[in-house]
Amino acid sequence: MKSRLTAEDVTLGYGERVVSTRVSLAVPDGAFTAIVGPNACGKSTLLKAFVRLLTPSSGTVRLDGRDVAAHRPKPFARQVGFLPQGLVAPENIVVRRLVARGRYPHQSLLGTGSAADEEAVRSAMAVAGVADLAERPVEELSGGQRQRVWIAMVLAQETPYLLLDEPTTFLDITHQYELLALFARLRDEGRTIVAVLHDINQACRFADHVVAMKDGRVVAQGPPADVVDADLMREVFGLPSMVMPNPATGTPMVVPTV
Amino acid sequence: MSTLTLRAGPVLVEVERRTAVVSSGLVAVAAALALLGLCHGQDWATPAEVVTALFSGGESAFVIREWRLPRVAAALVFGASLGLAGAVFQNLTRNALGSPDVIGLDAGAYTGALVAITLLNGTAGQLAAGSVAGGLLAAAVIYLLSLDSGLSGLRLVVVGIAVNAMLTAFNSWVVLRAEIDVALAATGWNAGSLNGVDWAEVRLPFAVIGLFALLLVVVSHAMHQAALGDEVARTTGVRLGRLRLLMVLAGVGCTATVTAVAGPVVFIALAAPQIGRRLARAVGVPLVPAALTGAVLLLAADLVAQLLLAPVALPVGVVTTAIGGCYLIWLLGMEVKRR
Repeated sequence: MKSRLTAEDVTLGYGERVVSTRVSLAVPDGAFTAIVGPNACGKSTLLKAFVRLLTPSSGTVRLDGRDVAAHRPKPFARQVGFLPQGLVAPENIVVRRLVARGRYPHQSLLGTGSAADEEAVRSAMAVAGVADLAERPVEELSGGQRQRVWIAMVLAQETPYLLLDEPTTFLDITHQYELLALFARLRDEGRTIVAVLHDINQACRFADHVVAMKDGRVVAQGPPADVVDADLMREVFGLPSMVMPNPATGTPMVVPTV
Repeated sequence: MSTLTLRAGPVLVEVERRTAVVSSGLVAVAAALALLGLCHGQDWATPAEVVTALFSGGESAFVIREWRLPRVAAALVFGASLGLAGAVFQNLTRNALGSPDVIGLDAGAYTGALVAITLLNGTAGQLAAGSVAGGLLAAAVIYLLSLDSGLSGLRLVVVGIAVNAMLTAFNSWVVLRAEIDVALAATGWNAGSLNGVDWAEVRLPFAVIGLFALLLVVVSHAMHQAALGDEVARTTGVRLGRLRLLMVLAGVGCTATVTAVAGPVVFIALAAPQIGRRLARAVGVPLVPAALTGAVLLLAADLVAQLLLAPVALPVGVVTTAIGGCYLIWLLGMEVKRR
């Protein structure tokens, strides 16, 4: 399993509060990795360390063997894209202009773009299914549409790596599945996807690699069929459950027994 | 919203059509006000006389070119500079109240200038340097006091208002303790005035403002990217720390340079960016409409100051303070309603 993006023995936290101690994770290239775990287990924190939003107090996050902190911001942003939670679009901005903000790392200091930018924006809007909203102000859109616009923005960044913090939160179930299928499609096209997901069944259904975290540690990782069982559910979530093959896909399916 | 795409070879720049139209309109209004300003004096000149005086000379050429033109030019350039400073700090704080005159940077610049007058000789260079240093010092104090929330948010604005109050009190104390002639000069200047401005006084400030404006041209793209929030800005490649430092430097530079020459002229930096933004229905707080609106506002206020009690010319700061007070009350009301 090859991996260009790795965290080695990283200790992470905010000020005095330590969230994770000596965590290691190698992100498998070209795969869809889902990070799961209970609230406040350090999933988002780990993601932030991978995209340089958080500097580990010890240990190193590396891209291509080099400390991510040593990479220059724009070249790094052409390799690794990130979608945080809880984004608010500026007032008055239309969809196309917001998606175009994803082109920032490809543009000059003064923001002059090229035809490649136009093409990337057009294609990102088409892939995320927001092409027909291009000239609509973002504040007029529904929550599901808005989330797809943000996805289009990070797609327009055209990065081999795509890291997403709970991208399906606040979406209805149809939009959740559409989005996960989109990530799987992007993976098939060669991108590496890492997403923090809340729904363990969705993670098993769509991800190639599941990382289960608890109390800032990685408890288990691997293909869903090898990792997700009743023991893991009890250990990580404290949830008594049965795990059986999903009748539609054969992937593990968790049925809580409480 | 339709856009204009300008191409030069493989490079393309997209401009909102409405921003372009509004900006052109503001330039036209500024030109009309400038012509009015050049006509106005003890003896009114006709527009034809002004044009003749500007381009070929004539009997009133000296009065118009050497007396009236510097004042009109100062109102336009200083207004634009204040508009830019306001836009920079409103972008930085993501708050319409986060303007240098509200958060104490003008007062800080005035403190710096007072020190230059009372302790040093008060030459033009010392005044400019003292103002910029005072403004930067005030910015540093505000930043340190609101460090928990970084450089954004209402907290910084509230801290700034408190710093403004303390600096204003300190400035009054300095003036009270000063020699009578220094105190008189400082008090008159504290009102903010363009009375008696001549070319010799404005040449250096114009050049300094030009440099800071150039710096803003360079950082404006990153500044607008930063409006998407810290996380998106940083993960798309913005160096936020450096950007904020440059924005503070340019914003303080623009406002303090004006303060050094004309004294604290309030309201322009507060209102111009918001008026420009609403006119252009733009995203974020754009710089060009803010600068043009600032130029129009200050020139208009200066004309009102000259005409209101003619032949007595009021300090322009009196006019902007009166209008600005009403605007600030309205804005505070909106801010309270929003929460």
